[in-house]
Formats: sequence, structure tokens, C-alpha cells
Amino acid sequence: MKTVKVLGTGCAKCKSSYDHVLEAIRITGVEASVEKIEDIEEMMRYNVLTTPVLMIDEVAVIKGRVASVAEIAELLKR
Amino acid sequence: MFDWLQTLADWLIYSIFQLPKGSKLGDALNFFFFDTIKIFILLGMVTMIMGVINSYFPIDKVRIFLTKRKWYGLDYFIASLFGTITPFCSCSSVPLFIGFVKGGIPLGVTLAFLISSPLVDAVSVAIFLGMFGWKVTIVYVVSGILLSMLAGFILSKLKLEHLLTDWVKQILENKNSSDAELSFEKLSFIERLPDVFRESWGIIKGVSIYILIGIAIGGAMHGYIPTGFFEDYIQQDNPLAVPIAVIVGVPMYSNSAGILPVLEVLVQKGVPLGTAIAFSMAVVGLSIPEGLLLKKVMTTKMLFIFFGVVTACIIVSGYLFNLIL
Repeated sequence: MKTVKVLGTGCAKCKSSYDHVLEAIRITGVEASVEKIEDIEEMMRYNVLTTPVLMIDEVAVIKGRVASVAEIAELLKR
Repeated sequence: MFDWLQTLADWLIYSIFQLPKGSKLGDALNFFFFDTIKIFILLGMVTMIMGVINSYFPIDKVRIFLTKRKWYGLDYFIASLFGTITPFCSCSSVPLFIGFVKGGIPLGVTLAFLISSPLVDAVSVAIFLGMFGWKVTIVYVVSGILLSMLAGFILSKLKLEHLLTDWVKQILENKNSSDAELSFEKLSFIERLPDVFRESWGIIKGVSIYILIGIAIGGAMHGYIPTGFFEDYIQQDNPLAVPIAVIVGVPMYSNSAGILPVLEVLVQKGVPLGTAIAFSMAVVGLSIPEGLLLKKVMTTKMLFIFFGVVTACIIVSGYLFNLIL
């Protein structure tokens, strides 16, 4: 079971990141929980500089850009 | 460099589509076709070059770089310079702001970065190159950096720290620069390219619709508004033209992709170049949505001071542009 977190203040890029994550999980069938973190004060605890950030098991794997579904699927399978 | 493209555009519009040269529709379509292809080629080149630089100096590295030692004022330059190569999304402005000041970077330097990042970016550089040539582009980039440095410096002298919102003040009280345990992968130039390419493609894909709309409006205006149309309204010697253009531009929200193609046509139809550039700086540099985001870290008073100082700096550069361009 993996935990995926999408950090972002709710802009368009963050929303499409979140959708891509859901799609990647559906395709790969990897068991994962997805959490959206939109609260800025909580976000700052993760030392984020650019949004959106994608975290898998507390490790920031994508920073400041929207990753494609295929890319996220690849990261989930690791 | 783009002669071949003009030949292609002429051939396509005048020979294949059989539109007469000099007709309004023919000229507008020719302009649309030529400008679109040219800007997309330049966009690909500039985003790739900036992407490579950015890959070697990502934002986290810039932050560590800025906090490592005392810079004695040079940090304003470094922050403004790296602001230009860092791709910027207005929703990143708050995390970036906090991340910088929490790491111990002075408020003025942080603000300099925050001003230069949207003002000068790969997209605006590419469009400026395509529309006004390399000389105007250099003037734009250099003045964008100088303007950010100056505004950041003035803001630091105003000692605005007490005007930050309370939770930011709390963060600052227990700030720690030791949380920089980040490691950076050592990648070869070739290994970096796939990521750079993907990033560049993402930027182009994201702005393409705005560019197309911008050029379409520009193309229509190009064909249908008579040359010199604006000269009657915005005269070079009207001292109020620059401030009015800037103040009108500040609340407007658009990225450079949408506003610049229209700008080229305004200039062709008689708006002084400096006034037009100052207007576009105001549109892309400051906006109401950005202000609303920044309200999370700044009190209203500080926000007004921030916008006021940046606006003043843009107005000053508008006058300078009109003098030198």
C-alpha cells in the first residue's frame, strides 16, 4: 500500500496532477491512497518551493510540474 | 533567419489559396501563418536552452546558494537573474516566498525573485525575439532584471517585515536553514535532455492556445486597423501615456503568451514601443489574482506597498524604454 500526496494550492496544474495520479493508479492497479494537500501552512512542512509536488511514500518525486499519467504509473510501480 | 518562412507564407496564402496580395484577408492570414510558425520555432529553442540552465540550477539549489554565505547586495542580482530562468506558476508564489524567507534569504531578495520570475520567462523571451528582434529582447530582459533588483532593494529599505501576516512571522521566528538535506543527482548533459525536452514540451503545450488566440487577434487587427491609428490617442510626447498604460495594465491578468502578439500590432499601428512594453510588464508582472494569493503572506498594507513600488519601477522603465528604443 503506497501513500500518494499531491501538494498544491488548487490551481489548474495541481488539479490535473491529481487527476493524473488517479488515472495512473487505475491503470497500474497499484494499491495506493491518494491525499490532496491544499492548505498552505501544512504544505510548508514539506519544504515545498514550487507546486504541484507529487509525493510517494513521503518522498517528493515530482516538483513544480504536471507529470504525465505514464510517468506517474512508472513511479508507482517502483 | 526566417526569410524562408516568409517565402513559404507568401506562397501558401497568395498562390495556393489565391488570395490577392494587399487584400485585408490575405494580409491577415499571411501574418497569422508566418507569426505562428516563427514563434513556435523560437519557443522551442528558448524553452530548451532555459530548460538546460534550469536543470543545472533548480530552484532548491538557488535557495541553498543564496543562503550559504553573505552576498553584500549581489544576492539581489542572483535572485533576479535566476527568477528569469525559473518557470513560474503564480500558484507557486506563496510556497516559494515562505521557502525563501524561512531559509534565511532577506525579504527584499525574495521579493526581487518574485518580481522577476513572471516578468521575464522563456515564453516572453521567445515572443519578444520573434516580434521585435534581439536588440529589443535584450533591453527587455536586462531591464526586467534591473527593475526587479531595484524594486526588491527599495522594498528591503522600507523594512516591511512587521507587515507580514502572523503565521509567516511565526515561521520566521523559528526559521532554520539546516533543513537543506536535499541531494542532487549528478546527471550528464545527455541524461538531462529527456526531462528538459518534456518540460519544454509542457510549457509549449500550455501556452499554445493563448499564443494562437493572441496572434489571431493580432492578425485581425493587423489587417483591419489602419497604420498610425493609435498615434492620435497615444502620442509619444504625451507624458501621461506611460503611467496610464501601466495603471490600466496592473489589474489585468494575462500571461505573456496572450498579450505580446497583440502588442506587436499595437506598436505597428503607432503605440510607442516603450509604452507598449511597460504596459505588458504591468499585465504579466502584477495582477489581482496574484495579489489575492500573496494576501496569505502579506497584510493588505504591505501588499499595497509592494504593488506600488513595482508599479512605480515599471513606469520609470517605460519612460526609459521610450528614450532608448
